[in-house]
This record gives sequence, C-alpha cells and structure tokens, in this order.
Amino acid sequence: MIPVSFDYQRPSTVDEAVQALSAAGDDGKVLAGGQSLIPMLRLRLSAPSVLIDLGALADLRGIREDGDGLLIGAMTRHADVLANPLVRRYVPLLAQATATVADRQVRHLGTLGGSLAHADPAGDLPAVAVALDATMEIAGPDGQRTVPAGDFFVDYLTTALGPADVLLGVRFPSHEGWGTHYEKFQRMAQAWALVGVAATVRRENGTIAEARVALTNMGPVPVRARAVEDALTGAASTADAIAAAAGLAGEGTRPTSDLTASAEYRAHLATVLTGRAVSAAAGVG
Amino acid sequence: MTRIKLNVDGVRYDDDVEPRTLLVQHLRDRIGKVGTVVGCDTSNCGACTVLLDGVSVKSCSVLAVQADGKAVTTIEGLAEPGGALHPVQRAFHERHALQCGYCTPGMIMASVSLLADNPDPTDAEIREGLEGNLCRCTGYQNIVRAVHDAAAAMADGGGAAPPQVPAQAAPEQREVAV
Ligand SMILES: Cc1cc2nc3c(=O)[nH]c(=O)nc-3n(C[C@H](O)[C@H](O)[C@H](O)COP(=O)(O)OP(=O)(O)OC[C@H]3O[C@@H](n4cnc5c(N)ncnc54)[C@H](O)[C@@H]3O)c2cc1C
Ligand code: FES
Ligand code: FES
Repeated sequence: MIPVSFDYQRPSTVDEAVQALSAAGDDGKVLAGGQSLIPMLRLRLSAPSVLIDLGALADLRGIREDGDGLLIGAMTRHADVLANPLVRRYVPLLAQATATVADRQVRHLGTLGGSLAHADPAGDLPAVAVALDATMEIAGPDGQRTVPAGDFFVDYLTTALGPADVLLGVRFPSHEGWGTHYEKFQRMAQAWALVGVAATVRRENGTIAEARVALTNMGPVPVRARAVEDALTGAASTADAIAAAAGLAGEGTRPTSDLTASAEYRAHLATVLTGRAVSAAAGVG
Repeated sequence: MTRIKLNVDGVRYDDDVEPRTLLVQHLRDRIGKVGTVVGCDTSNCGACTVLLDGVSVKSCSVLAVQADGKAVTTIEGLAEPGGALHPVQRAFHERHALQCGYCTPGMIMASVSLLADNPDPTDAEIREGLEGNLCRCTGYQNIVRAVHDAAAAMADGGGAAPPQVPAQAAPEQREVAV
C-alpha cells in the first residue's frame, strides 16, 4: 500500500521548518529518517497533508563534546551513533541500546531524534534518555527551550513537542567510566522489546556508589526505577544485593497486557531483566 | 510533482515524482529496475533492500523524494559491465543460497553492505547483520555459508567491485516527462 497524497517541503533552515509547521497547523508532520513514519503512512495509520523533511538540515546531524557530556543532533542516524568513539566513551549505554534497535537497514536511516519524538513505549532509546537524565533542545514558534527527558515523554506516542516544534538535539551528561548495560527481551530477531532495562552504575571499592535504571515498555512512557536505584546506592556490589534491589523493579510501573505478553509476565520480566542488566553493568556474576 | 535527480546503477535519471511515491515503486515502475522486489507491507522482510549512497536501506520505506541527489545501487547494478558476477552473487549461486529466490536480491544487497563494514564476519555476525532480511523458504544455512565464501573471495581480491558509482560519474542521462 502507498501513502495518501501530501505536500512535501524540504526547508533549508530550522526557522523555515518551524514556519512551515506553524502554517500547516495540525495537518503537518516532521519527516526525519522515516523509519517509523513511512510504515505508518503506508498502512494509512497516519495521513498528514504536509510532510516537512528535515533531511537538508545538516546542522542537526552530528555528535560533539559539549560541557560535561555530548550534544547529539536530532537527525543523527542510529548507524552514526554506533560508529562514534565519543558515544562509546561518554555514553556507552546509548551505543548498547542503539545496537539492539531494529536491523542494519533501519539503523542506516532512522535517527536518534526520530526515535525519541516518536515515543513508542517499546522503543529502546527513550529509556536510555530517561536513565541518563538527558535534556532535549527544542525549537518552536516561541523560540528555543530545554526539556528534561523525564518531562519529555508524556503518554503513549506523545511527547512535550507541540505541533510546530522541532527537536534539535539531545544533551547526554557524561557517564565516562560507569559500567553500563541494556538488556532487551525480544521473542525473535528484528523484534521490539517485550521489556527492556537500561542500567548504568558507578562502582567504588566494591560498592555501588550510584545507579541509574530505566525500563522500556513497562507503561505508556519509560519508567525510571527509583526504588531499585535507592536500594542499589551504597549497596555492596554482590549478586545478593543486586537481586534484592531488582525485586523492586515493578514499583511505579503500569505494564499493559497484549497479544505478546500479559501485564503479570511483563512485571516478572522487569525484575529478572533488571537483575541481569545491573549485574552486567556492575560486572558481577 | 517534485523534480528529483537520482543516479541508479551508474545512470542518471531526472524525473518528476509524486511525493508519496516510494523509492521501490520509482525504481520498478518508472526506471524498470524490477530486480528489486517487494515482499511485505510492514518494512520487515528486506526483499526491497538497495544501497543508498553505499549503505543498505529498505527501498519500500524511503520516499523517492528523500533519495534526491543520491546514488542508488540495485541488484541489477552489482555485476560488472561485462557480466561477471559480484563475489556475493557468485557465492549465492555456488552455495545454492536460495530456494524460491524471492528474498535473494535483498539478501545479496544486505550482504554486500555487511561485508563493506565487516569484511570477515563470524556466523553470529552474519545472522545478526542479516536480521533485517527474511527468507520464507528458510534457507538460512546456505545463505550464511555463501556470505563466508564471498568474504573469503573478496579478501583474496576476488573482484570486490565498489558497491556504488559516485553521482558525478554519471555516464548517461535520461529525462522522463510525465
Ligand atoms: C522493521 C523495524 C523495526 C524497528 N525496531 C525497532 C526497535 O527494536 N527498537 C526501536 O527503538 N525502534 C525500532 N524501530 C523504529 C526505528 O528506531 C525508527 O528509526 C525510529 O523510531 C524513528 O526514527 P526516524 O528518524 O526514522 O523518524 P521518523 O519515522 O521520520 O519520525 C518518527 C516520528 O517522530 C517525529 N519526528 C522525527 N524527528 C523529529 C524532530 N527532529 N522534531 C520533531 N519531530 C520529529 C515525526 O514527525 C514522526 O512523528 C523499528 C523500525 C522498523 C521499520
Ligand atoms: S518490501 Fe521492503 S521490507 Fe518488505
Ligand atoms: S529463497 Fe524463498 S524466500 Fe528466501
């Protein structure tokens, strides 16, 4: 099936993109890599009358050091993130999660910004942004603003982006030297996560000094597993301490039941996968 | 209609397209590259894989307008002009890495892209690297063997043809009016 007809615009500046979106009102849609949007257009689950392609905005594609961390342009493709040595050094968790996204073809076109803006509860990168306290740089009709990842994901496929907003880039604070792991549970190759766990820990003399854990697909938005983090902070870096903390992973989650898994099964998976993710991040077991 | 310029298998094509045209439709219906096939409606099967500026993409999930100014290599552009098969094509043939053959154009293009990034992949790396391509005949064993053979042939200098022709090197030009 092919998409319904639409007008196509390829602005050459962010201002032009915001203006085009403002003019289009609710009928406009940003096109980034198209790896979520084009499948939806083809199935006619979405039928915008204007597509505004950010493909010509070269400034939105790239990765650079920025203060204590990295600034990654929204149009940076998954494959660029994977190939980048700065990402592996400062935010290896992002590289690990990105490696599990879709397949090589999709990673050659899909973008970091598109994954976050799309806000699929089963998407792997929103949980990474939430775990690492990333911040989103957004341009809109009223100028530029910054939104923390924790406030960016509002609901199922819904973010803090307004209809005329463009996500410009994402700031990730450096977690250089932290142990990290993204644990994704999927039923087959190329599949979305039933549940995923993004974990990163800083170890000091055999204890876990700090921990950040966030869950994929345990509700309409990624969930920061605060109870797990609190239990891990200052705990001995041992299998028993990690297992006890991981048992709290279901707290504050709202998993759904669907054809692939019941809510109870997802809650169970969350505890098991959190144990695996934190153990791998901490180098235990 | 939007005007686009594409270099497809070394030939430049300038066309007016409806923005909703998928790259695969444009390649098959307008340019006649019917070697690239469509196997699904959900961006999963990978049968439509081509190289876009040298990297593998699913041409059913790209708009033709997004490819404006870029070079596309399809399965039809892989063999050398004289007809000598690309090492990946030859290995698929020799290993009989197909049954019905429907997934084969996409499997070969995805394998060419994989070997460009990883010239000596392990079994697991080949399986992971081709996870975007489904074979309903499930001939995966021979596909993995063929990719190993191709890697070895290319390491021996067995004619690792460059996967794409740069846009400037367009030898011919064709205009299509609508
Ligand atoms: C077969 C397949 C398997 C997949 N598997 C996974 C998986 O396992 N895990 C996973 O996380 N993802 C998966 N994906 C999705 C993939 O990661 C997409 O690349 C990503 O979700 C969207 O990125 P994109 O650049 O293609 O965005 P697009 O599809 O172009 O856009 C997606 C949405 O975000 C909006 N948008 C995009 N960029 C911006 C911006 N800068 N500012 C404002 N709005 C914007 C668009 O308007 C649209 O609503 C899969 C996709 C496919 C086709
Ligand atoms: S036809 Fe493109 S992925 Fe199936
Ligand atoms: S050979 Fe038939 S689908 Fe692969």
